[in-house]
Amino acid sequence: MVTGAGRDLSRFDPMAPLLDVQNLHVSYTARTGQCSTALANVSFALQPGETLGVLGESGSGKSTLAAALLRLLPGNGRIERGAVHFEGQDLLRAAPRELEKTRGDRLALIFQEPSLALHPAIRVAEQIGDVIAAHKSLGRRAVREQARQILAAVFSTETDRIANSYPHQLSGGQRARVLIAQAISCEPSLIVADEPTASLDPETQQEILSLFWDLRQKFNLSMIWITHNPLLLEGFADRVLVLYAGRVVETGPASNVLSSPRHPYTQALLRCLPPRIEDSFANHKEYLPVIPGETLGSLAASEGCHCLFEPRCVERMAICAEREPEMVQLSSTHGASCFKHVDEWT
Amino acid sequence: MNYFLRRLLQGALLLIGVSFLTFLFSTLAPGNYLDEMRLNPQISSATLAALRSQYQLDRPLPIRYARWMNSIAHGELGYSFAYNSPVAPLVWVRARNTLLLTTTATLLVWGLALPLGIWSAERRGRLSDRALSSATAGLLVIPDLVLGLGLLILTARSGWFPTGGLVSVGFENLSPIRKLSDLVMHMALPVTALVLSALPILIRHIRAAMAEVLDASYLRAAAAHGIAHRKLLYGYALRAAANPLIALFGFSVGTLLSGSLLVEIIMSWPGIGPLLLEAILARDLYVVIGGVLFSTVFLVAGNFLADVLLYWADPRIRTMAGAR
Amino acid sequence: MREVLALAGVTFSIFSRTTLAVVGPSGSGKSTLASCLACLEPVSSGKIWFAQTEVTAMDAGQQCAIRPSIQMVFQDPASSLNPRMSALELVSEPLKIQDRFDKRERSDRAYDLLERVGLPREKAAQRPDEFSGGQRQRIAIARALVLEPKLVILDEALSALDCSVQAQVANLLMDLQASLGLTYLFITHDLAMAAHLADEIAVMERGRIVETGAARSVVDSPQHAVTRRLLLAAPGVRNSALEPQAV
Repeated sequence: MVTGAGRDLSRFDPMAPLLDVQNLHVSYTARTGQCSTALANVSFALQPGETLGVLGESGSGKSTLAAALLRLLPGNGRIERGAVHFEGQDLLRAAPRELEKTRGDRLALIFQEPSLALHPAIRVAEQIGDVIAAHKSLGRRAVREQARQILAAVFSTETDRIANSYPHQLSGGQRARVLIAQAISCEPSLIVADEPTASLDPETQQEILSLFWDLRQKFNLSMIWITHNPLLLEGFADRVLVLYAGRVVETGPASNVLSSPRHPYTQALLRCLPPRIEDSFANHKEYLPVIPGETLGSLAASEGCHCLFEPRCVERMAICAEREPEMVQLSSTHGASCFKHVDEWT
Repeated sequence: MNYFLRRLLQGALLLIGVSFLTFLFSTLAPGNYLDEMRLNPQISSATLAALRSQYQLDRPLPIRYARWMNSIAHGELGYSFAYNSPVAPLVWVRARNTLLLTTTATLLVWGLALPLGIWSAERRGRLSDRALSSATAGLLVIPDLVLGLGLLILTARSGWFPTGGLVSVGFENLSPIRKLSDLVMHMALPVTALVLSALPILIRHIRAAMAEVLDASYLRAAAAHGIAHRKLLYGYALRAAANPLIALFGFSVGTLLSGSLLVEIIMSWPGIGPLLLEAILARDLYVVIGGVLFSTVFLVAGNFLADVLLYWADPRIRTMAGAR
Repeated sequence: MREVLALAGVTFSIFSRTTLAVVGPSGSGKSTLASCLACLEPVSSGKIWFAQTEVTAMDAGQQCAIRPSIQMVFQDPASSLNPRMSALELVSEPLKIQDRFDKRERSDRAYDLLERVGLPREKAAQRPDEFSGGQRQRIAIARALVLEPKLVILDEALSALDCSVQAQVANLLMDLQASLGLTYLFITHDLAMAAHLADEIAVMERGRIVETGAARSVVDSPQHAVTRRLLLAAPGVRNSALEPQAV
């Protein structure tokens, strides 16, 4: 199965990135009328076949990013400016009908919380069939058959029982697989997964991760994996993008960012993780390293005033409270937005 | 299967309970059918005594109830003192008319409320939604009585619709088409009154149920998969909101029925309403019970229908019922 | 109705001022165990001893008297805190229910505890939705401590939090244990955190305890297959299963 078969990619230059996000800026308006910035100046590019891990904690804007790519923000969210080019098409300026055609078919989004993302009163096979029917003009029998095939790819055993089940009859891990089945049903080129394993126990998490891995190889998928747990990205993501308070603070190859991070936030975050099982008894019952202070709430200061991590940063300097840093290229592939790197590599 | 049998059994028990209570209250109310006659000096007390024993008004309550239950078993609903005829055919003729009125009103009110409720839920918070909300609030405030009388005055002045009755004089001589149009013209007023009284609450409930569903995660997830807007609204949102709406349907059957009794009296529609009122005033015991029983049957049937629909629509009820 | 056996033959003990971590795959009965210990669910058979008294032999009234000594912190702070109450009200509510002290004293104690868990006085009037996930969990912990319990059951209390926030709350829990002499029953599926915080670990599967022992020995030399599986699945133990085989 070759990605892109049967699609009109005449506008798509095979040398260009699959997804190119430039200066994306999203804000939310509270009921009181107050405006808060959820994402500011977010830019990144994704090459075909690549897996990008987006690392961010609550309030970092990671879910907003996922929703903004497909213009699925909740009612009070607005994309202020920026461009999202996907397969040569600017998604932010596309007509609603064009967008509907892209969603699910070429760009699939897997939302958080599998228990909430499925309709409670419709059988699983039918929910998958609906996605297929929305994009392909096939007869009902053909749609049902395809849905069964997709389910078989995702559930190796008990396919029939699961196909006829309702979501509340399935376990958490099974529901997560159904969401994945929906996402791959039309063979998209890009899947954006927002914390797909967050509510699962570790064993099921591993199963889902290997499932993603297999599907990636099989369908030559590109992926954006959003999570707050850096350990899930190890060995899985090719590149990592770190979000803090709606800004990109670091981006680079996964091996670099996760083993030798250059931004103080990333460094602090990786230090906070509970020690690996192998060496957990070195500091048994001792205090774990923490990032001092509180995570920034949903209200972020207006841009340009100061670095948003500054209040919690152990390496802060005077300039950090005066201006917001810009992305500094530390190498051709690795960048961090921090003033301490400004003198390196120009 | 057990689920439905249980519901039917509950309905039957309800009917028995209602019949007993109605019997009880009617007999406990002071006076009986013969009181008016007693006021007439020309009727001797001997005649009254004879009538009393003929109508069995001198027997104690449980015995009369038992005899009545017995006659039900034989398919009779008792005997009307005022009309001097068996109750069953009397009630049935009127019941048909009430059924016609209430069924038409139910279909019409849901046919209007559903699209309006969905429409305003889609536009929740916006001007159009708020305008509809104010309109329904205004309608809600007007009592049924005032509504009915208002419509009556309007018609009487303008002469657009007949102001009472089921059909016009000379109905039998009309062609089928004209018969139908005559019936419709006579129904128009009472149906309008019923619809206007039930519409606002229904619209609000439907709007609320839909609004809750429209904010759900699974709807956003389905939109993310590119499912068309129409399908999202009717195939997904409405289906999820079906549960409370079906329960509402069962409830609306009850309210429309009780509303119809009042409307029939005001608009002179020959249904159960006027019959019941007459019978209560005249202490015509068995007619009262017959009328109340009919209303209860309609109510139970409506709710049973709602149960059936709920079972079909919500898989969680099916698995719960199946697990027992 | 079918009867489902949720727990079978579960036997263990927790010593005062220590932490016992209970780990296991989902559906193994961990939460049912927590509910039984907190007297929230009736026990079909078996005995529970708490502070040398047999809880299962008590009637409802006597059990009520024991409840303040066993408190619970739940996984989801958003749903375990009443969204209409302020932080102060939430923390003083247990005192109100138990009818202890007067209003003034109750507020004082609540403020005290909130400060102890790191929430300043000025924020005590805010509602849960104005706090972050980690802060909400701290309110839940303060609420659990206000009745001065001896045993605190933490039912996946850290699982819903971000990584850096987990570290903060874990430190707080260790702090409180040392200063207040608390005993913890820590239910989790995060084996790494369990190994870090616990003195003993019990591994459950399908309603039974399959392995139990000192944290170190369970982690270093697991005896049961389930334990070994859990150790392999814990993130951080190299995702070796995922690395592509040599092409």
